[in-house]
Amino acid sequence: MQQIIFFFIRNRNFLLFAVLFTISVGLTIQTHNYHNNKFISSANYVTGGIYSFRNSITDYFSLGRVNEQLLQENLMLRKKLEQFQETTVFEKLDTTFLPAKFTYFTARVINNNYSKTKNQLTLDKGKKDSIKIDLGVISSKGIVGIVSDVSENYSTVQSILNTKSRINAKHKNSGHFGSLKWNTEDPNIVQLVDIPRLAPLAKGDTIVTGGRSTIFPEGILIGTIRDFQLDSDNNYYFVNIDLFNDMTGLEHVYLIENYDAKEILELEKGVEDEQ
Amino acid sequence: MNNNDILLNIVRFIVLVFLQVLVLNNINVAGYINPYLYIFFIIMYPFDGNKSLLIFLSFLLGLCIDIFEDSGGVHAAACAFIAYVRPFVLKYSFGVSYEYNSVKIKKADPMERITYISSLVFMHHFVMFSLEIFSIRHVQLLFSSTLFSGIFSILLIICTMVLFNKKAA
Repeated sequence: MQQIIFFFIRNRNFLLFAVLFTISVGLTIQTHNYHNNKFISSANYVTGGIYSFRNSITDYFSLGRVNEQLLQENLMLRKKLEQFQETTVFEKLDTTFLPAKFTYFTARVINNNYSKTKNQLTLDKGKKDSIKIDLGVISSKGIVGIVSDVSENYSTVQSILNTKSRINAKHKNSGHFGSLKWNTEDPNIVQLVDIPRLAPLAKGDTIVTGGRSTIFPEGILIGTIRDFQLDSDNNYYFVNIDLFNDMTGLEHVYLIENYDAKEILELEKGVEDEQ
Repeated sequence: MNNNDILLNIVRFIVLVFLQVLVLNNINVAGYINPYLYIFFIIMYPFDGNKSLLIFLSFLLGLCIDIFEDSGGVHAAACAFIAYVRPFVLKYSFGVSYEYNSVKIKKADPMERITYISSLVFMHHFVMFSLEIFSIRHVQLLFSSTLFSGIFSILLIICTMVLFNKKAA
């Protein structure tokens, strides 16, 4: 017995180190699984508060650029509205009675990283503002990521610049779709894989989100084709995409909720269970 | 450790965490190079201080950075690791004089000091980036991140040391 106690006392530093190291590796692995309710997350009261405070100061430095972006977006929306008013047949139709499939929220980015391989953003909205896990996040220029964790006042977003992200995307002109990944090299370039060989791709073509997920509506902008090549089996294209979004300078984002998501997922789950 | 030392270390811990998460994590030279100055705490921890306490404090320090960065436990693991190997690194960089507790980092030979700092920094960065990247396909990224971030961190740590050394003298 004495021997055992002596052993513990002699090796206490190593044992302490081993325990702490195991805990931290455990925490790391836990973050590799998407959806696990994370124990360690910047969407908590203290870190969220500190990031909000920092943001309340640094916000002023980007005011000019953000205003410019807002103006651009307003201009685009105005143009669309104008077209809509000119072409619409049902002028008197009260749109409030149309069942909307998607609803939007706004949020501010209070922390953003893009230099790691698994990047996350922190937003200043949480459960209190009816933000839920799995909402899509976009900016006025294009796609940003998916909400991965929510606390009372804050939420974290798994950015598209994260090696774990897989987002359904399609070639706008031909409708061929594949999935969007990131190879960690450049925060403004993402990769689209699994586009079949017969798709007529060209440099500069637009890539948008495909409607095949319950997270993003169809046709949200992603980027343009930078270059493409066939993979080793010559069956699928491997495409590099220039993002429309500048992921390094995000300030304000929109969150998208799909009202039908729950129903669709339940239905799909039912089909899987039967099989 | 006397009271003064304890206070100094507490202040250093807090200041370094804030400096790291609010300023240094946003530098991103060439897209991915950030200095990790916060391990300055582990480097400067008194050489004759309690080793178990250092391992625990380092783990806590890393965990603080992890919570801010949403990186799971990568910093905590790397910090616990270098805190554990620190006595061996000390012995190997300062030689016998360390064993007699006669070394003061501020008065040590510059070459020995640089060996000590860079060994710890590179070990920390290597463990941290391997856990963060966690994939064999990105080995090149692992080595380039470790090298460039490491050089940046070492420079910054030496600068900080020189800066505060003068003030003390």
